[in-house]
Amino acid sequence: MSDQDRDNPRRDFLRKSLTLIPVVTVASTGLGGSMLMATPAPAQASPAKAPASEKAYEPSYFTAEEWAFINAAVARLIPADAQGPGALEAGAPEYIDRQMNTPYASGALWFMQGPFNADAPPEMGWQSKLVPKEIYRLGIAATDSWSKAFNGKAFAGQDSATQDDLLRRLEAGGAESGEHFAAVPPKIFFNLLLQNTKEGFFCDPIHGGNKGMVGWTMIGFPGARADFMDWVERNEQYPFPAVSIRGERA
Amino acid sequence: MATIMKKVDAVIVGFGWTGAIMAKELTEAGLHVVALERGPMQDTYPDGNYPQVIDELTYSVRKKLFQDVSKETVTIRHSVNDIALPNRQLGAFLPGNGVGGAGLHWSGVHFRVDPIELRMRSHYEERYGKNFIPKDMTIQDFGVSYEELEPFFDYAEKVFGTSGQAWTVNGQRVGEGKGGNPYAPDRSSHFPLESQKNTYSAQLFQKAAADVGYKPYNLPSANTSGPYTNPYGAQMGPCNFCGFCSGYVCYMYSKASPNVNILPALRQVPNFELRPNSHVLKVNLDSTKRKATGVTYIDAQGREIEQPADLVILGAFQFHNVRLMLLSGIGKPYDPITGEGVVGKNFAYQNMATIKAYFDKDVHTNNFIGAGGNGVAVDDFNADNFDHGPHGFVGGSPMWVNQAGSRPIAGTSNPPGTPAWGSAWKRATADYYTHQVSMDAHGAHQSYRGNYLDLDPVYRDAYGLPLLRMTFDWQENDIKMNRFMVEKMGKIAEAMNPKAIAVLGKKVGEHFNTASYQTTHLNGGAIMGTDPKTSAVNRYLQCWDVHNVFVPGASAFPQGLGYNPTGLVAALTYWSARAIREQYLKNPGPLVQA
Repeated sequence: MSDQDRDNPRRDFLRKSLTLIPVVTVASTGLGGSMLMATPAPAQASPAKAPASEKAYEPSYFTAEEWAFINAAVARLIPADAQGPGALEAGAPEYIDRQMNTPYASGALWFMQGPFNADAPPEMGWQSKLVPKEIYRLGIAATDSWSKAFNGKAFAGQDSATQDDLLRRLEAGGAESGEHFAAVPPKIFFNLLLQNTKEGFFCDPIHGGNKGMVGWTMIGFPGARADFMDWVERNEQYPFPAVSIRGERA
Repeated sequence: MATIMKKVDAVIVGFGWTGAIMAKELTEAGLHVVALERGPMQDTYPDGNYPQVIDELTYSVRKKLFQDVSKETVTIRHSVNDIALPNRQLGAFLPGNGVGGAGLHWSGVHFRVDPIELRMRSHYEERYGKNFIPKDMTIQDFGVSYEELEPFFDYAEKVFGTSGQAWTVNGQRVGEGKGGNPYAPDRSSHFPLESQKNTYSAQLFQKAAADVGYKPYNLPSANTSGPYTNPYGAQMGPCNFCGFCSGYVCYMYSKASPNVNILPALRQVPNFELRPNSHVLKVNLDSTKRKATGVTYIDAQGREIEQPADLVILGAFQFHNVRLMLLSGIGKPYDPITGEGVVGKNFAYQNMATIKAYFDKDVHTNNFIGAGGNGVAVDDFNADNFDHGPHGFVGGSPMWVNQAGSRPIAGTSNPPGTPAWGSAWKRATADYYTHQVSMDAHGAHQSYRGNYLDLDPVYRDAYGLPLLRMTFDWQENDIKMNRFMVEKMGKIAEAMNPKAIAVLGKKVGEHFNTASYQTTHLNGGAIMGTDPKTSAVNRYLQCWDVHNVFVPGASAFPQGLGYNPTGLVAALTYWSARAIREQYLKNPGPLVQA
């Protein structure tokens, strides 16, 4: 940790907040987490008193019900387990919410002129008129409505086995979902959710996900180091932990 | 009303490799040159600045440097009986946008060409007989030979700062045991730089390929193996295998690009002007339709501007060149029913197959390490280096490990049968991300009567002009070749003794998948040749019908190559520029009499 880092309040905040994440994860999963223990500890221990700014992220696009769904779903798609923290701990929900305010989420990066043929075969690529913001709004409502039809509980209220079962059915095309998914195909919704969850698990932390670089640490990706002149020819495990664009170290 | 600018000697549409090379050559000849690039200004600094460029989400996933399809895309259909649909999100191919074009975000595999591929039809007819070529296969000769192009390949490599190992130089064998390619044609000089280091994955491929009797060699790479200064005085630093190569601006000044290797020299000359954010709508012709008077474009503020010029160079991406010709009424549009017409004819692509091998944790391939052009390849099944007679297909394929750097969002892969999510996915991804080898058969793709380009009757771009329509599908010859290559490459994969293998090859009856990345190596549509009835441009890339329009680029290839196209694109552009400088400017008119 350089003096420059110490003088940077934002970096200081990040370091402290990142330190907390693995602790929470270990407690919530009850697992010792070999990956977590192997992660080099930050040079400074976290302070007992958290800064006021560390309060939970408030979504700006998703409603409270949608937010509960997103948090529950990403925790099943990439769960916290023996491999280490999952997408929830990595901040994927915050990442996805922040993405909803980018041109991507309103379809502005895509060619969106009609006529549309939503029933075109998959090899014709994306042919839906729907954009990510709409797909989340419609898809979450549909999944919750379908979930409630079983036992009155929204997706977020189901036990994890039921949540996994529902997600598997969506992934397979949701043939039994009936009228609940009249407005959005289950597969389109599922694929978007899974893609964005993986993005939130593996992106640079600058985008709001991969907090503490837990996704990178799990697989051994060194992030923004981007200099392997001395490593290119070797059959050896790369020994250095990940760094982020902002200079955080895992 | 369009604002009319002062007339210039030459206007260039697009500032990628071909536009930059033409700009340099024509300014050297003393012409006043304006280049119009529809995308923004971009350069190593600030666009490729470390660490902001080391951002997979922004670059690879959200496609920052690629064509803006919200404004213009292509439509695609599999046959004339289908209704074409727009390519709404880029998938199979990734054309560039902005200064540098695809030359800014490419990988850097920098080949020449196998000489027989320049005379594809003649060669196959001579060796296998006329009946060997399927009836609807429309392959042709380029109309130029390797020997004619050799000095231009040589010069382009010196401009690009290419790393590699020669097999022979002026007939002298120099590359044996050093990573040279025994199938490579003769060269007039060595590569400017020695081969790049090989990743561990490439070393595994090298050993396995040799074990099964193939002849491995080092890929020629336009990523530097050391510091370099090119003939234009442009400086490059050594590549450090950062792994953010294809899809990114090279922060190390190590990957050749128009921005690093040519633009610095053009900035020094007063007779060159680059205008970014200038979207060309059409080439303007005079009343005879035999001569261009300039181009019309939309500037950054949305104003319509007319730029008069004596010479027009279409230096845009392959299919944009074809579309501009069709929108401008240059050349006769191709008709797949009659087989007549030339513009849009012989649209061809690449015929890829990939095998992934997964290893235990004692094999550290460290896939985050990489450089776009580096690797080890074999040419035993490329071009016509083996007897095609018993196999009944046309075309060949180099095979290689080209570890360009795999990043976690889009670059992880797991053995077949692994779930896409949940704890099992997590475990496999953690187990295999740094322990796998991906190898490709980078197959040549032939041209066919039914694969072509024209204007779409339904969909339009942001300026109200028709989109380009691709009519394209895989043919029986393509599937046959693909399956053959998978079998041959499979031997290499098996010799590596991996824990698991995944094969991504083509199946009988499979249609072209517009959503799955293959390569950005699109060819044809404005092909070169010796006969105006069967080609759109002559052997100097000059339009047969409008003599002051030249069309460099892979749009001139009558069919796709086994190798990556950029080396041949660059050499042909220098070849064409030489003809303009030494012949055309002295006596403007057709360089070849029809």
